[in-house]
Amino acid sequence: MSSLDPVLLSRILTGLTLFVHIIFASLGVGIPVMIALAEWRGIRTNDPHYTLLARRWARGFVITVAVGVVTGTSIGLQLSLLWPTFMRVAGQAIALPLFLETFAFFIEAIFLGIYLYTWDRFKNKHTHLLLLIPVALGSSASAMFITTVNSFMNAPQGFTLSEGILTDINPIAAMLNTAAPTKVSHVLVSSYTLCAGVLGGLAAYSILRGQKHVYFKKALKLTVVSTFVFAVATAVIGDFSGKYLAKYQPEKLAAGEWHFETQPYATLVYGGVLDENNEVRYGLKIPYALSILAGNAPNTEVIGLNEFPEDERPPLSIHYYFDTMVTLGALLVVIPLLYMLRKWLPGKKAYPKWLLIGIMALGPLSFTAIEVGWMYAEIGRQPWIMRGYMKVAEAATTADYVGWMLVLFIILYLVVCFSCVKVLSKLFRNKDAMEEMRALGMEGGEP
Amino acid sequence: MSYEIVGITVLWIFLFGYIIVASIDFGSGFFSFYSVVLGHENKVHNIIQRYLSPVWEVTNVFLVFFYIGLIGFFPDVAYYYGTALLVPGSLVIVLVAVRGVYYAFNTYGSSKENNKVYMALYGATGILIPAALSTILAISEGGIISVREGKVVISWTDFFTNPYTWSVILLALVSVLYISAMFLSFYAKKSGDEEAFEILRRYALAWSGPTIAASLLAFFEINRQNPEHFQGMLNHAWMFVASFLCFLIAMYLIWSKKHLGWSFILVMLQFAFAWFGYGSSHLPYVLYKQINIYENFTNDTMAIALITAFVLGLIVLVPSLILILRLFLFDAKYVRGSSAKKG
Repeated sequence: MSSLDPVLLSRILTGLTLFVHIIFASLGVGIPVMIALAEWRGIRTNDPHYTLLARRWARGFVITVAVGVVTGTSIGLQLSLLWPTFMRVAGQAIALPLFLETFAFFIEAIFLGIYLYTWDRFKNKHTHLLLLIPVALGSSASAMFITTVNSFMNAPQGFTLSEGILTDINPIAAMLNTAAPTKVSHVLVSSYTLCAGVLGGLAAYSILRGQKHVYFKKALKLTVVSTFVFAVATAVIGDFSGKYLAKYQPEKLAAGEWHFETQPYATLVYGGVLDENNEVRYGLKIPYALSILAGNAPNTEVIGLNEFPEDERPPLSIHYYFDTMVTLGALLVVIPLLYMLRKWLPGKKAYPKWLLIGIMALGPLSFTAIEVGWMYAEIGRQPWIMRGYMKVAEAATTADYVGWMLVLFIILYLVVCFSCVKVLSKLFRNKDAMEEMRALGMEGGEP
Repeated sequence: MSYEIVGITVLWIFLFGYIIVASIDFGSGFFSFYSVVLGHENKVHNIIQRYLSPVWEVTNVFLVFFYIGLIGFFPDVAYYYGTALLVPGSLVIVLVAVRGVYYAFNTYGSSKENNKVYMALYGATGILIPAALSTILAISEGGIISVREGKVVISWTDFFTNPYTWSVILLALVSVLYISAMFLSFYAKKSGDEEAFEILRRYALAWSGPTIAASLLAFFEINRQNPEHFQGMLNHAWMFVASFLCFLIAMYLIWSKKHLGWSFILVMLQFAFAWFGYGSSHLPYVLYKQINIYENFTNDTMAIALITAFVLGLIVLVPSLILILRLFLFDAKYVRGSSAKKG
């Protein structure tokens, strides 16, 4: 094997682990918020349906948390196993957020254990709800800390580099780097969107299968309206992220937009293909939109890719990730909006079939949006592991057998994900919501 | 105290915490599976399940915490161990992953019947993980990882032909079973389950002898492997003597079926003395002759930031841990199983 092989293999393995982890991590961040929302409504309106909803979600949530924990442990250890040189150097600057993340994780783990086993233990209903606050805070805080590490890699700061050694280190400045605010908020809100969308999809699926009970309608309303709110917020923050890129990381934006010449009144390209002369074909061109995206005014000058040496340019394929992310983001706003406007829609049914199918799609759509969004952010940073300081090729492990480890982890993740899906579907099928309402003595008996 | 000492002490304490909680967890998995296979699952399995289900996730965090802290305080660790341990590290990740998910799948996912395959995975990994993790202690004695032509390499022949490696693995295995049997005896007694208590007490007594034998073996193998470290341990001899005394009292208490809470505290002290004696005589090296806590320490600003974060973190962490212990370990009603329902 050539000496470059471990680099490519390490990239693939890290990418694979993150690909799997991101799904479960996002669920881990957002679902406690949704559970809290449902339980809070249940207490406020004294409606046992919402409490049951929170319970059922919590039951499935533990399963996804388990997978999130193990994939998270994987990526944590793989950072050092696959990128030892990077950790040796960057460890001097970013150990603080990594350390804080484990604290946040600790708190989340402790209170989740308590929450799950104390449903009927406290007289005051609010006590149990309060236990969710540290869970939700813990998961969001750990997402925040770990995202600051990632934003540091995009916008390294808080140190001086002289002759390969970091000096004048300021851990707080490294953590609160310029990329952190937009990245953290985008990650958090998109995770909330994902979870609201997935849970909305589950409710829509039940209604589609003929469930007519008001429980499912309540679930649908709570989740789809939440999806709308979170998706709009995600889009707004996404716009800030674009402006951030234009200012601080222009090569990512330029590669994503196939924007080569630095110029004002820049055109935004949607879709299309590039020919050998880097001319865009078949794409939808929107005049001035890129300048507006970059700086809110058509005369904003947008830096082009030609300003960067060829070996420091990200791959041009990230254009498609960006377009996919934005398209899906738009759908995540439009579908919930149609649901909210359903009374004014043509047709007689309150829940038209196509709309329910659309809502069912919210989950897969947001999964895909999050994955391509990450791929855009990560691949758009190539060839750097620490933008401007260290290239990916210098950071990878020199050890052999990375290829075998890749095979090992592919098998692991396939088995784990497959059984996770199996266990989850069995869990909800074995204990149907209607049955459970009957057992709890709610008016769940009637059709 | 210097930042270096504070840093390594913090980490060592957390690793000790991990050893205790993880041993209970690993050994429980094994006993639990064993009891299901033998067919008297109701006697032991329920007790184990009642303790483990609310805390299994916390156990994992102890390990991650230690590991992240180690990289933070000593970034060079990532370079040496990270490069050398790609394969065994990955295998440990796989074992931990399999164990974690199948525990959760079995406990929260399936209906009442125990899934034998899941239980077997859980039991087997409970034995393999401590064996795998303990080998890092053997590597840290030096001679296994070397740097050739600027590349970190690990010699697996030296590693596997080394009697010290095997004595450490043996010690890890028996102490896991010993610690967890001692803990579960205490827990069973507390829950008033005499039948489970008798079985677990037998396990505890059975594993006590091998634990001491394996400790002695490992102790003398260190002399062969790393005489300098052995000399250091002799200088801290009183700690090992104290450890042995704690062991004797703990054994007496469990033999006479009295004060089982104290008995488990003494087990913890037994391991604490041995652990800190071993650790302090290992200093200043994290990896013999290659990583030294003074030369390979992170920069001062980061050290202060990490220690500050640690203190602030403890302010939140300690009350939370106390809360979970009070709810699930020291709550008589929960331990007896009258309110063990999950949501």
